Parts: sequence; C-alpha cells; structure tokens
Amino acid sequence: MVEEVEEFKNANLYKGVHAVDLEELYTSGHRTCQGCESALVMRDFVKASGPRTVVTGATGCMYVANTSYMTTPWIVPWMHTQLAAGGASAVGMAAGLKALMRKGRIPKEKINVINFSGDLGAGDEGLGGLSGAMQSPYDLLVIVYDNESAANTDIQASGLTTWGAQTTFSPTGPAKRILHERWKKNLAAMMAIGHPNVKYVATSCATFPPTDYMNKVKKALSIGGPTLIHTIDPCPKGWDYHPRYSHVLGELAIKTGIFADYEIVNGEVRYTYDLRNKKRVPVREYLEKQGRFSHFLDEDYEYVQSKVDEMWDEWELPGILPIKAGLKVKK
Amino acid sequence: MVVKQEEKSVFDREELMTGTDAVAEAVKLVDVDVFAAYPIRPYTGVMDRLARFIANGDLDAEYIVADGEHSQFEIGKHASSVGARAFVGSSGVGWLYAMESIGVTATDRLPLVALVGNRALDDPGAFGVEHNDALLVRDLGWLLCWASTAQEALDTTLIAYRVAEDPKVRMPAAVAMDGGYLTHSQHMVRVPTKEAVRDFLPTYDLGNRRMHPDNPVSIAPQVNEDWVMELRKQNYEAAKRSRKVITSAYEEYNSIFHSEYENPFIEETNVEDADTVLVGMGSAAVVARSVANEMRKEGKKVGFLKIRWYRPYPTEEIRKALSNVSNVGIIERNFAMGAPDDGAITMHDLQSALYDSKNHPRVVDFIAGLGGREISKKEVRKMFEMTADKKSPKISWIGLRE
Ligand SMILES: Cc1ncc(C[n+]2csc(CCOP(=O)(O)OP(=O)(O)O)c2C)c(N)n1
Ligand code: SF4
Ligand SMILES: [Mg+2]
Repeated sequence: MVEEVEEFKNANLYKGVHAVDLEELYTSGHRTCQGCESALVMRDFVKASGPRTVVTGATGCMYVANTSYMTTPWIVPWMHTQLAAGGASAVGMAAGLKALMRKGRIPKEKINVINFSGDLGAGDEGLGGLSGAMQSPYDLLVIVYDNESAANTDIQASGLTTWGAQTTFSPTGPAKRILHERWKKNLAAMMAIGHPNVKYVATSCATFPPTDYMNKVKKALSIGGPTLIHTIDPCPKGWDYHPRYSHVLGELAIKTGIFADYEIVNGEVRYTYDLRNKKRVPVREYLEKQGRFSHFLDEDYEYVQSKVDEMWDEWELPGILPIKAGLKVKK
Repeated sequence: MVVKQEEKSVFDREELMTGTDAVAEAVKLVDVDVFAAYPIRPYTGVMDRLARFIANGDLDAEYIVADGEHSQFEIGKHASSVGARAFVGSSGVGWLYAMESIGVTATDRLPLVALVGNRALDDPGAFGVEHNDALLVRDLGWLLCWASTAQEALDTTLIAYRVAEDPKVRMPAAVAMDGGYLTHSQHMVRVPTKEAVRDFLPTYDLGNRRMHPDNPVSIAPQVNEDWVMELRKQNYEAAKRSRKVITSAYEEYNSIFHSEYENPFIEETNVEDADTVLVGMGSAAVVARSVANEMRKEGKKVGFLKIRWYRPYPTEEIRKALSNVSNVGIIERNFAMGAPDDGAITMHDLQSALYDSKNHPRVVDFIAGLGGREISKKEVRKMFEMTADKKSPKISWIGLRE
C-alpha cells in the first residue's frame, strides 16, 4: 500500500498493480533481449509519465537495440542524444519549452521532460553533464538505467559494474582472476549530496516492490526541479543467466542490500526496503546465479559480503552515505 | 551626416562596439529563446554582454551557464529541437571539446547558430587567432563564414539565423571572427531596430520535426547502412541549396538595411583587372585591402579577394574572379601538417575550385599570423611581391623568426 504523503498528494500514485494504466506508450518494435529489465524501465516510466512527455535517450542498448528507424517503439516524442549528453539534453529541452511557453509560442501546460541514460553514459562519461542538469532550475527527470556494463558495445565494465564481475574488458585469467577492481560508484547518493537543491533522488528496481518504480517516476515529476532515479536492471546477456530469472535477480539485488533501495525527498531519507539492523539475504545467493561471477572463490564472496555489511552496519547513513568514522577522527 | 527618413526607421542607433558585442546585439535582436555559455577567451565577451542583457531585463531568454562546452552545445541543440531559437559559441580548445555535439547538430539538421572566436589550439597556450578551430568543421554540415568588422559581425549573425532556419537549408551556422583583432577591437556599428529585424527574419518554425507531445516524432533513430546514405544525400543537397538562400538573404538584407554587400560570398578589391591577387579571410582583409589600394596608386595591378562564406564554398565566384588572373597568393591563418604540397587548408579548396577552369593562375601559399602574430602592412606588401614573382616558392612562412 502506498503511503499518502503530503507532498505527493497530487502525484496520482498507483495504488496497487491493478491501478496501473493499461495504455502503452512504449510498444512493440524494439529489439532488446528476452528478459531485458532495462526495456521494462523504459516501458514503465513512460506509462507513469503519460502522453504529455518528451524523451531523450542516450546512446546505449536502449537506443541501438530499442529504436530502429521505422520500427520505433516510442509513442511519445523521442530523440537520441549523445552518450554523455543525457543531462544537457534534458536541460536544453526544458529550457526551450519554457521559453516558448513564456513567449506564447506554444500553449502553457506541464510537459514532462525526461532523459534516460545508461550507467556508462550517465555515471562515467556524462557525470559532469548530469551534475550540470541537477544544478539547473528546470523541471526534469534523468533516469539512469543501470545494467552494470556498457551493454551495447558488448558488455564492458563501467564505473557502476559490481566489483569483480567478468566483462569483455575484465576477463578472468591465470595471472589475474579479478580484473575489474573498482567498487561500484554510489551514484544516486552522490547526486543527492552534491546538489542540495535537488528535491527528489531515488533508487529503484523496475519489478520489486511492484509499482514502486512507476510511483517514484510520478513523484519525481510532480515535485518539480531537477530529479534523478537510478534503477538496477538485471541484463541476461551481460550478467549471464537465463532470461527467466531477471525479476528474481532484481529482487535479490534489493534483498541482499548490495543495491540500496531508497528515496531522498526534500532532504529526508525514506528507505523503500529498509535493511538496517535486519538479517539480509547473503549476497552470495545473488552473485552465484550470475555467470559473470563464475570465477569467484570463497574469498571473493566474503569480500563482497564484507563491503555490503560495512555499507549497512557502519555507514553514517546506512546504504547511502559512506562516512564511517564520523566526527570521531577529530578528537 | 544627414540621416534619410527611411534609414531612420530601420536603425535604432550607432554605437562603438567590439566584434563580440556586435554579435550579442544581433542575438538580442533575433529575440533568441535559449543561450548557453561556458568561458574561454576570446569569444566570451559575447556571453558577458548577453548575461548583462538578462541581468538588466533587456532580453527575454533562458540563459544557462553549462558545465562544459559539450553540454553547452548539447543544450543548444536540444533547445533547437523543441523549436526554440538558440545560440552558443566557443574558441579554440573549447570548440574542440564540443566537437561531438557539433557533429550531431549538423547531422540532426538543427539550425543552431554559434560564434567561433578563432583561437590557436593548445598546446602551447596562445590566446591569439588561428583558423584551425573553425575550419575543423568545414565538412561536417555547418554553414561557416568569417566576419572582418563589427558591423559585418552583426549583419552576418542576423543573416546566419535567416539562412540556417530556412526550411530549404536547416543547417547549423558558425560565424567566425579573429580572436583579438575583431573580438576585442571596437568599431562603429549601426544597430537595426527590432521591428526591422523582425521583417527580415521570420519566426523560427521547425514544422513537423519539432519535439512536442502534439507532434510525436522519433528523431535520429538507429538507421545503419539501410538509410545513412539517403540522409547524407539530403544534407548534401541542403548545403548546395544554401547558396541560393544566402544570395536572396543578402539581397533582402541590402534592401531593408541599405547595406552594400555586393556579393554575399566574396568581397573584391581591385580584382577585376588585376594581374596579382591575394586571397584571405577575417581581419587580415583590413590590412590587405589597404595595401592593395596603396599599391594600385603606385601603378601596380594588384587586388585583394576576401572570402566571407567558406561553407558553402563560393566555387563559381572564385572561378569567375580568379580564372584569368596570372598570380594568386593566399594568406593562411591556419596550418595543415603534411598536406599536399605542404600547403595550408584553404589553398587546397581554392586550387580545386580553379582546376577545371581554362587559364588557371599560378597559386602560392603564405602561412602567416599564427597564434595571433600580427600581419603587418610590410608583410602584406612582401606577399604581393612574392606572388607576382614567378620564381618564388609554392609555400612560404611569413613573419617567422629567423
Ligand atoms: C562518445 C562515445 N563514446 C563511445 C561510444 C560507443 N558506445 C555506444 S553505446 C556504449 C555503451 C553505453 O553503455 P551504457 O551507458 O551503460 O548503456 P547500455 O549500452 O549499457 O545500455 C558505448 C561505449 C559512443 N556512442 N559515443
Ligand atoms: S544486452 Fe542487456 S541491456 Fe542490452 S538489450 Fe540485452 S538484456 Fe537489455
Ligand atoms: Mg549499461
């Protein structure tokens, strides 16, 4: 059941799955893999935002596999933008529409301005532009759909790939079992903490808890100003599992706590799935189901578990703010 | 000076202003909807002035200080895609930082207008003019022109919007000007009235290509080898069509604003009966013209040809003006390492324009004024003399420290 929160009383949140709109604004025509959760992230955000929406999509699977000439799945206006231009594309559209409405050249109305960008596009190359968008005065939403790799170019490691994963840029070999040694960037919190004016930042999984993601889109669009949603998207091709398990893996990403599910609304943290002081599903259950971790030894599972435990048990703001020692170091 | 009644009505005032000020004035006059800024010398002055317009309430536009040139140009591109008139600009390495966006703005056929305050590319650091920055986009689908005075900068910016937005063209346009020599030097400029500019420049209308919920288009989907050639051909045809659109835009500009742009693409000084002609772009034209006039008085049959529009390239105009001249020299404020004959960039375009004409002249190339080094009258005179001398080398560096 969705809580009735004062600031979202006009957001028309879905009260349960049966209330979700039946109209599809992202339909057939795309060529994404079976079990692609990123495709669901597309379908659901535009369902939640409705037809008065303009969308840009950064280069990536959700462009190349999604939007081929003459078979586009988009019912709403859609435009490609460059890999690192997600934030700027939203700013440009929002600024243009605002000026045209003010000058009376198009009717005044609320048009949702949304960009989606992948983890590599938004989290690495486009980080500066994303920051610029989060500083802007415009009503816009950037959805970072995170399939944990540069999926479109054949699964290369990004700054948001889980530690240790095999990708085409981080194969395992006799000299180096683990080649991808970067810990996943804490993207949503970085954006929230780095941009104090932003009223809404959330993480989410498209399928778990049900309707949560769509309602977060509605909240982001209703609160105003620049907003951000970071989703975790299981990708059968890149993560190496049977497509039937996409939803299972999404749910496990949340329940193990490796991907913290929360929203920050006007500076207030609300855990969507609160794992503080709770028994969490061991992270091994999530990792073991994915071929990209097939080279893991016990010590690797233990290492990832220790980092997840640290995140929930030692961080000042569990799962969100990686400050452990607090003011203690100053003594 | 007695101002005629009719002139009074199209001009608001006359004011001393720099090249970048003049462009800012034009951007205000076209009632730009969105502009995005990022600092780099020497183009920045235009944004400084536009920011002041916003602060003073003289301009109704969305003004964004971007996080970098890549974002700056993407903001302009996407604002243009929803039907807003947009403006951006940069210089040197900033222009290169935006290059990815510059490429797609052209292939998306969005009529963004940009100022390039020409600047040498790092390293090593130099604020001064070189044309390599702007010339890098010459084949990407941008309209590209050079202004040599502040008045021309204002006029050309207005004309650039008109040509870029014409449904027969719909290409982005870059107005280039020499860093320092024009961006920062002051000239008297006649500033038109808003009403007169409105008569000259229709409202920007992207028609059935605009991004709006009432017009649900998909722009720039993945096409691969299936359609890219057809799209390139459309762009190619638009570039060809732009020549006529430029011509008619200047005709109308001349008639509304009583200006005297005889030929939109090139400007000739004593070329008609000359034996020896120097060719150049940008602020070098000012010095070269005055030397050409001096030498005429001494009885030497020399002339100067300024190229204003570099893309589309004025093939026919160049052919007509230079086919029967004996000697042509080019002043190049750019470099092209390892190019044919080791000449700089514009020599190759000029030679290829003349190749098919019956009596093409001997062409020599002068690499001069790089990094903002001054091109003196003495040096221009030397270039005229070397051009006339059949024994002089094909390529010479002028003003180089021995
Ligand atoms: C500037 C630039 N660099 C590289 C590429 C090549 N490229 C296309 S898609 C892509 C991967 C994008 O990864 P991500 O943003 O995570 O999206 P995904 O493909 O995973 O959906 C890359 C590297 C590009 N298109 N543009
Ligand atoms: S590779 Fe992954 S992200 Fe790309 S279409 Fe397939 S499942 Fe979706
Ligand atoms: Mg990705």
